[in-house]
Amino acid sequence: MGTIWRISGPLVIAEGMRGTRVYEVVEIGEEGIVGEVIGLDGDRAVIQSHEETLGLRAGEPVRPTGRTLSAELGPGLLGSIYDGLQKSLLALISDSGEFIRRGVKAHALPRDKKWDFTPVVDKGDAVEGGDVIGTVPETPLVEHKVMVPHGVRGRISEIRRGEYTVEDMVAVVENNGDRREINLMQEWPVRMARPYRKRRDPSGLLTTGMRIIDYMFPLALGGKAAVPGGFGTGKTVTQQQLVRWAETDLNIYVGCGERGNEMADVLHSFRDLKEPKSGRPLQEKEIFIANTSNMPVVAREASIFVGVTMAEYYRDMGYDILLVADSTSRWAEAMREMGGRLEEMPGEEGFPSYMGSRLSSFYERAGRVDCIGGPERVGSVTIAGAVSPPGADFSEPVTQHTLRIVGALLSLDTSLANKRHFPAINWLTSHSQYVTAVRNWWDRFDPGWEVTRAEAQRILQKESELEEIVRLVGPESLPDDDKLLLLVARMIREDFLQQSAFSEADTYCSPEKAGLMMKTILHFHEKAKEMLDAAMPFTSVRSSAAVARIARMKEIKNEEFADKVKAIREEIDGSLGAEADRDDGTVPETAETKEGVTP
Amino acid sequence: MKMPRTLFRGGAAEYRPGTTGRKPALHEDLFVREGRAIKKAGGALLIAKAIPGTQYNEIVEVRLSNGTVKAGQAIDISDEVTVVQVFGGVSEVDLAGTRIRCKGETLKLPVSDDLLGRVLNGMGKPIDGGPAVIPVDYLDINGEAINPASREPPAEFIETGISAIDGLNVLVRGQKLPVFSGAGLPHNRIAAQIIRQATVKGKGENFAIVFGAVGISYDDAAFFINNLRGTGALERAVAFVNTASDPAIERISTPRLALTAAEYFAWQRDMHVLVILTDMTNYCESLRELSAMREEIPSRRGYPGYMYTDLATIYERAGRIEGRKGSVTIMPILTMPDDDITHPIPDLTGYITEGQIVLSRSLERGGVYPPIDVFLSLSRMMKEGIGPGKTREDHNNVFMQLYAAYAEGAYLREISTIIGADALGDRDRLYLENADRMERLFIAQRDDEKRSVESTLDIAWELFSRLPEEDLKLISEAFIAKYLPENNRTGGDSA
Repeated sequence: MGTIWRISGPLVIAEGMRGTRVYEVVEIGEEGIVGEVIGLDGDRAVIQSHEETLGLRAGEPVRPTGRTLSAELGPGLLGSIYDGLQKSLLALISDSGEFIRRGVKAHALPRDKKWDFTPVVDKGDAVEGGDVIGTVPETPLVEHKVMVPHGVRGRISEIRRGEYTVEDMVAVVENNGDRREINLMQEWPVRMARPYRKRRDPSGLLTTGMRIIDYMFPLALGGKAAVPGGFGTGKTVTQQQLVRWAETDLNIYVGCGERGNEMADVLHSFRDLKEPKSGRPLQEKEIFIANTSNMPVVAREASIFVGVTMAEYYRDMGYDILLVADSTSRWAEAMREMGGRLEEMPGEEGFPSYMGSRLSSFYERAGRVDCIGGPERVGSVTIAGAVSPPGADFSEPVTQHTLRIVGALLSLDTSLANKRHFPAINWLTSHSQYVTAVRNWWDRFDPGWEVTRAEAQRILQKESELEEIVRLVGPESLPDDDKLLLLVARMIREDFLQQSAFSEADTYCSPEKAGLMMKTILHFHEKAKEMLDAAMPFTSVRSSAAVARIARMKEIKNEEFADKVKAIREEIDGSLGAEADRDDGTVPETAETKEGVTP
Repeated sequence: MKMPRTLFRGGAAEYRPGTTGRKPALHEDLFVREGRAIKKAGGALLIAKAIPGTQYNEIVEVRLSNGTVKAGQAIDISDEVTVVQVFGGVSEVDLAGTRIRCKGETLKLPVSDDLLGRVLNGMGKPIDGGPAVIPVDYLDINGEAINPASREPPAEFIETGISAIDGLNVLVRGQKLPVFSGAGLPHNRIAAQIIRQATVKGKGENFAIVFGAVGISYDDAAFFINNLRGTGALERAVAFVNTASDPAIERISTPRLALTAAEYFAWQRDMHVLVILTDMTNYCESLRELSAMREEIPSRRGYPGYMYTDLATIYERAGRIEGRKGSVTIMPILTMPDDDITHPIPDLTGYITEGQIVLSRSLERGGVYPPIDVFLSLSRMMKEGIGPGKTREDHNNVFMQLYAAYAEGAYLREISTIIGADALGDRDRLYLENADRMERLFIAQRDDEKRSVESTLDIAWELFSRLPEEDLKLISEAFIAKYLPENNRTGGDSA
């Protein structure tokens, strides 16, 4: 046991600590607040405190615990809300009220809750680390697979069935007289990636229901994406939409150094929201980590690693997991603060020089893998990390380091947000390397997706070039086909890329709907070009009823879309055909749009 | 004695604040530790030989050899040295005669309902000539973080009577919504108007106003106090005033004192508290000054790397708690240096707060009061606070349409400066005109004009009536039929 020698903010230096290891967890002071050894110097240990250090004195005791920062893994994680150290925040409310007190302990997994364990192996079976020995219905949405901890192997000498708590023994594995009891819970050091058998390429679309992501800048299962944006650009709403609608088996939301009210909003809305397919509350497939900006800085790093460790644990069961981290910049700032207190030589903008490798060590834990152990299964962890660049300047170090690691960039744009174009993802600066990885997936829903996508991008690119000319000569002096291109580009922007997270019909867009919407817009473009060639004036193209129909297209429900879009196509063919054709029945039945558009 | 000793005397009930001459009880002296070996003094820091038993962030007394007593805080302690940050600076400190006395207390604010109606200085001492506040409790000014799982999402609409806020950037109870201003812009007038007018519809609940003046000029502080006094609002208010001439180092405490008082009223007395903090730019300057004194590695523009976290510990004290009646709503005001919204102060603030109200110099020059820049302003809590039962059913639709039409007008205004308004088509000219009308009729109002949210929305419909009806794509047809003046002449809903 050592004693405190120096305290400076979250940095504590203790004496008499010979024998402790780097990253060992220690308990500081009379209250036993949690700290982590980050450096050793003779018999002095440099400790970062995960809790407030106010009121500590030099000379108070520091107790090494012999273990590194670990996460508890087992049934009971889903639906829980944790702080950065995986303390259950709900348990903290009943222990210490509505305010966070330091030094209070709370288990991650409830110790008294019983789980219904069904074995899938028999006595005498040979097992080793990673093998599934039984299942527990953790929530109605997710079946928890109980796996043999890594490093254990032998024959099952005892296996039980029935209701057990996480600490009860459910099986015994014997190996040459070495007897190992297995329960529903295991621990894993959070800074160490969990092993897998083989790594695969990211593949298959991670459906998010957001058109600009799914259609334009797709994420693949096992991929990693960065979502940088200045304040007010909708990072948090984008991240929330991702965990809300992603068609994954479960999601983990890490609120790292962000707003308390927003976290409360997430927690409340997930209580009420239903999973679309089963109608069950969405929180049955979510884990939340809430380490808000006013909670201790050092725990921000822990929150990220605890989150990704839980993600890997479910991946090892063969599930697809999406982890969103909002915001990784706050973690980087915590590194900078500690680096400064340690008087380390700073790198760019005061961030420590190891920040890049630390960020990589987190993002690299994303991936699609063949899991260890039987039965054979493939699982994936997809990571989407928000970045908050100061002054919305993407050249800053956190954004730049992140961009070197990730495969997709969804760049949020302040000027789009100021125009209330949401999601404010800039279509000219974003990119995704996963286009080829999801091509086959898309072709099932929307044959030729890659070509249409490229055409849409071309139109948007051309628009940005024309915009510059418009600023000089005005929109009226452009040739008609350029005016048409601007109109179509505007349709793509406003009627396709813009999507309201708060509109019931539009908040989730199925890939089928997205594909048909884009095809309809491009169909309009084709038809309109033909009519311009046939000397129809541009003003009648612009005022044609089809334009208004396309504008309201996104309000059509996903399941009705395929039917209703036919009527819109007919409207396009009709209204852009000869004016005389109007009354031959091509006008669709729904009188949603006003016909009285006076030219 | 200059410093209010009450601040530092947690639990010493027999001690009457304000009676400066009284000596502490004898048993207290037994626990007082004293250090006299001061090695270094500079700026606002004293570095002394370690004083055993000092707590991290403990409040200490610095006794100068001329008898003056200053307050200080232990900001770095070790077995070798104790670093003390001195409130009021280290002027007249000498290394030989100065002593540091430690009493084992962190900074606390004495609280009670008697705080209402009072004006205190930036360290919590009365400056209104009234009697000392008799405390019922002493609260640590750093507060405690609200457990995110026990927060209630803010959703109650606060009617400020200002159209640009109520219509487009709704403020709700428990929100933190700053005003980003610039030197010379009327942020104080707007804040005073909000203080006078803010109400929650149909509720007669207890409310209180906490005003924290951080390094502002005496005139500005007097403007607020007189405003509060003149409208009778002072009875429901407490003001903490640190003026520009007070020690910069005390500004670190002023917002925390204000919020500690706010939390007392909200969580212990069930009140809805609106906290106005002005000017947070001065707070950040003090933070930078202190950081430089500590020789810390600076981040952007010399501000410390932990400024985000530091500001968060202030602003995150806003909120609602499940099962408790009160709320803390924070409206900080800050002046953007050189009107630059990417400057670290507004930038970091914007990352913490739930939106921002941005004032525009060009609107101000155009004679528009309040000059609220609708494009840069944003309230993240808006969707929770509007709609049927809260404001009106059409609010969200109207908001989106009003915004889109104004944005289009602003874009056209921009290109018409190059190509001339004559080069625009008829439809475009309509939108250009709409942008002007929007600024004149919707955004602009008098500073004694309290508009109900209904009349704010009706002005918007009046603007829509001049636009082509088929362009109102963002409004549901039912609302158009119900509220659009032309369609509704007989109903006279808003004619």
